[in-house]
Amino acid sequence: MTNLDDTVMLHAQGLAKHFILHNQGGVKIDVFEKVELSARQGECVILAGPSGAGKSTLLRSLYANYKPQSGSIFVRHGPAWIDLCSAQPYQILEIRRDTLGYVSQFLRVIPRVGTLDLVCEPLMGQGFTEDAARKRAQTILSRLRIPEALWSLPPATFSGGEQQRVNIAMTFVQDYPILLLDEPTASLDKENRQTVVDLINEAKARGAAIVGIFHDSEVRGAVGTRSYDVTEARQAA
Amino acid sequence: MSAETAFQRPSPLLQVRGLTHRYGPHIGCRDVAFDLYPGEVLGIVGESGSGKTTLLKCVSGQMEPSEGSVEYQTRDAGLIDLFRMSEARRRLLMRTDWGIVYQNPRDGLRMRVSAGANVGERLMAIGDRHYGHIRSEAVDWLERVEMDIGRIDDMPHTFSGGMQQRLQIARNLVTKPRLVFMDEPTSGLDVSVQARLLDLIRGLVRTLGIACVIVTHDLGVVRLLSHRLMVMKGGNVVESGLTDQVLDDPQHPYTQLLVSSILPV
Repeated sequence: MTNLDDTVMLHAQGLAKHFILHNQGGVKIDVFEKVELSARQGECVILAGPSGAGKSTLLRSLYANYKPQSGSIFVRHGPAWIDLCSAQPYQILEIRRDTLGYVSQFLRVIPRVGTLDLVCEPLMGQGFTEDAARKRAQTILSRLRIPEALWSLPPATFSGGEQQRVNIAMTFVQDYPILLLDEPTASLDKENRQTVVDLINEAKARGAAIVGIFHDSEVRGAVGTRSYDVTEARQAA
Repeated sequence: MSAETAFQRPSPLLQVRGLTHRYGPHIGCRDVAFDLYPGEVLGIVGESGSGKTTLLKCVSGQMEPSEGSVEYQTRDAGLIDLFRMSEARRRLLMRTDWGIVYQNPRDGLRMRVSAGANVGERLMAIGDRHYGHIRSEAVDWLERVEMDIGRIDDMPHTFSGGMQQRLQIARNLVTKPRLVFMDEPTSGLDVSVQARLLDLIRGLVRTLGIACVIVTHDLGVVRLLSHRLMVMKGGNVVESGLTDQVLDDPQHPYTQLLVSSILPV
């Protein structure tokens, strides 16, 4: 990996992904082949392509949530390059804890855990004191306009937009060097959309490398550095 | 630069190799191997009869496997095979370093002694003789598992299923084990009680850094609690890996069937 310059944080090469549905007659669905993609410090790469082109599949692969059939995903983790495709589960968990943040399209609710605790949780694993973690969590929740009255409640009963903002807070409470964003603004009103745009641009300014999917063209224009067309890698298949 | 420079991992707590168990001509589990590290939660899922409980019994020293080894990182002498150490040593280990939470609380509790005594007994077994200390530790642990302290002198058979399960957890954790085995800890409880128990286990495992092997048929339980997953079918491990990867992008036909069989709420 010495041929990559110092600003590259994530580099995928020769990445191929298909699904085989064994219980539906072994149907094989090709998603992409030969994805070559880098993300550098301070840039936001937008994954482009029509619905069903495999944007989310690629993003989930970059988070090691999906398992590509071949290729590599190199991630700069501290001083080292780690290939997510061959890393051990504990290494992937450590990378997700310290280096690689991901905002999914929907919040996965944990029963009985209050919103503030949920947002604090990733920081506790980072060696923050409880006080410092709570302060950071309160700041991000306020910025995302989650009313203080809701902080002690589990987000299960929140509206779709509120849940999505909690989801964003859980990732942005921490300064990840790499961020993967799957339509973070999809169910947000104009004001909150602007807050998320600001958060993304602040992350870029501090040197985060970002790969994201945004359907809203205004948001794309406001945060994007360049785009990567997923259908290109599909046609190569 | 290589992976070795970034990750400094302690030695495994448990090292299982080539573990096979037969019941006569019938295979319980076949050629299972895994490492478990301090603080790691491993989930084992599969249908009834897939061999998951057999595997749990073998790796927790309750049953000697037909073949293979189960080595445990002892505090004083490194990795030692469970079935090559003396019976006395194995028993001491099970009382101090380990906990076992059974599916049926009746297997893990003494039903005819009080809740407080159930917790205190484990402390006495490791040599604690000071009544005041034992009592205060018991109170502390009953509070941590959200039990009503007013019930400390009641017999477990007067408790609900969820309370019995929480008492079993308190009894196991009072000796501050490094490793806890759980066999279907939440099945048989109704969902609201389940959620409370899961939240409790999740919090305890995180704050105490206990390593855990959890056997269950409930994929929601492993999604919430476990870092890694092993999927068993017909005595074999058919797929293993990072929990969310195995559940969200299952590769093996059986895992795909298992994941797609969950009823949406």
